[in-house]
Amino acid sequence: MAFRWKNDLTAKDVTPKSLYMNRRQIMAGLSGLGLASIGGKAAAEELEPNSYEEITSYNNFYEFGTGKGDPAENAHMLTTSPWSVEIDGLVDKPGSYDFQEIMSNMTIEERIYRFRCVEAWSMVIPWQGFELADLLDMVGVQQGAKYLAFQTAFRPEEMPGVRYAVLDWPYVEGLRLDEARHPLTIMATGIYDQRIPNQNGAPLRLVVPWKYGFKSIKSIVRITATDQEPPTSWNKANAGEYGFYSNVNPNVDHPRWSQATERRIGGGLFASRQDTLMFNGYDEVASLYEGMDLAKNF
Amino acid sequence: MNHLNTLLRKLPVWVVYLVLALPPFWYLYLGLTGGLGVEPIKALEHELGELALIFLIIGLSVTPLRRFLGLNLMKFRRAIGVMTFYYVACHLLVWLMLDVQDPARIWADIVKRPYITVGMAAFVLLLPLAVTSNNLSVRKLGAKWRKLHKLVYPAAILGAVHFVMLAKGFQIEPLIYLAIIMVLLALRLMPRAAAQYVQRKLS
Repeated sequence: MAFRWKNDLTAKDVTPKSLYMNRRQIMAGLSGLGLASIGGKAAAEELEPNSYEEITSYNNFYEFGTGKGDPAENAHMLTTSPWSVEIDGLVDKPGSYDFQEIMSNMTIEERIYRFRCVEAWSMVIPWQGFELADLLDMVGVQQGAKYLAFQTAFRPEEMPGVRYAVLDWPYVEGLRLDEARHPLTIMATGIYDQRIPNQNGAPLRLVVPWKYGFKSIKSIVRITATDQEPPTSWNKANAGEYGFYSNVNPNVDHPRWSQATERRIGGGLFASRQDTLMFNGYDEVASLYEGMDLAKNF
Repeated sequence: MNHLNTLLRKLPVWVVYLVLALPPFWYLYLGLTGGLGVEPIKALEHELGELALIFLIIGLSVTPLRRFLGLNLMKFRRAIGVMTFYYVACHLLVWLMLDVQDPARIWADIVKRPYITVGMAAFVLLLPLAVTSNNLSVRKLGAKWRKLHKLVYPAAILGAVHFVMLAKGFQIEPLIYLAIIMVLLALRLMPRAAAQYVQRKLS
């Protein structure tokens, strides 16, 4: 069906290619002169997507290392073609779906979303992708299914980070079925009209913009429809800090740091913090959680 | 080893102060010009914190190096100690001024966030040591000076624990720092005779 949700950030907010390629140099030069972003322009910044370089050089993808620059350095080792996604569990047409086959059945659209990391930094990213609901319709989700479980590729020979037990590999995530079917939820396959780079989760990843970034699982090889709440990696690692829902919520702090504010990447050494928005500004999802205590179901 | 000790005796202490004073300015320059990546605040904060831990370790190594290897760095110990405090102070300053920014949040974080409480405790323990790192204090405090400066032991442990506590998931690097500091402190518990035996064996 596609196009069930309309951007309030539109294509004209996307920086032209010639500009985003060297925006950082410009920013760097300005901050060197002490001119850039010392407050005042927060409102204008709000709508401006981050540069391609920012989006692709500052990543959390622990399979390639825990440093922010490690994924950009190491993710080239990941073979993304051929790629297939195992779709199983409570679905009508389970099986191994080739990435190209999925793409030929999906409508690709652009979504410019705010992206809020649980570490209290954020970006604005122009994704290309398709609605997860469309993929679910393609395979037919059965009546009894209530959740989706997702799994990232686990390839020790291509992923230097999995040598260390930072997390219990492979990385797994989950959504409630109604969250997965929400028109905001997409499977991203591109950034700035280019094939999504490996460090950002090639060839396809989840993007759930009202949840902390770690919910948006990368380089997916398996999707399982289930009637049970599936285990999720960060929750397994530290249940007191990471819940199943992990909705962006300025009122519920991470035990080790406040979630009330965030720092938009790209502001340089003197970037000021801005207030974090409930559901990362996507109020239209509030009805999914009606009657739930979001401090308990964090 | 004697040869090396002779060479070290010729190196003026001010060189150590100068060389150790420069890196924070270099990192600040990198942060301003894009050399620390797209999130320079966290990068600068982390870089300075890690250097503080490294200099803490070097400072704590002076005594074991002398006891076990006969390498004499005593002349530079004060400079290493003072400059360690300098890095801790720079790290704290970046956190206050560039990272958290808001004074109300700074206090809330110190009270509410255990890893920050622990880091602040380490800083507070180092304060009197920095203040008394001068000849006048050594003379005035006499035997008490040595006792006071043993505060660097708990401060080092707290500094490493601070790093361990802020890691996400199970990460090796902070644990290595903690392990090195614990070994350096444990070496001090070795009886004099045993230490002399080890030194004879090694030299």
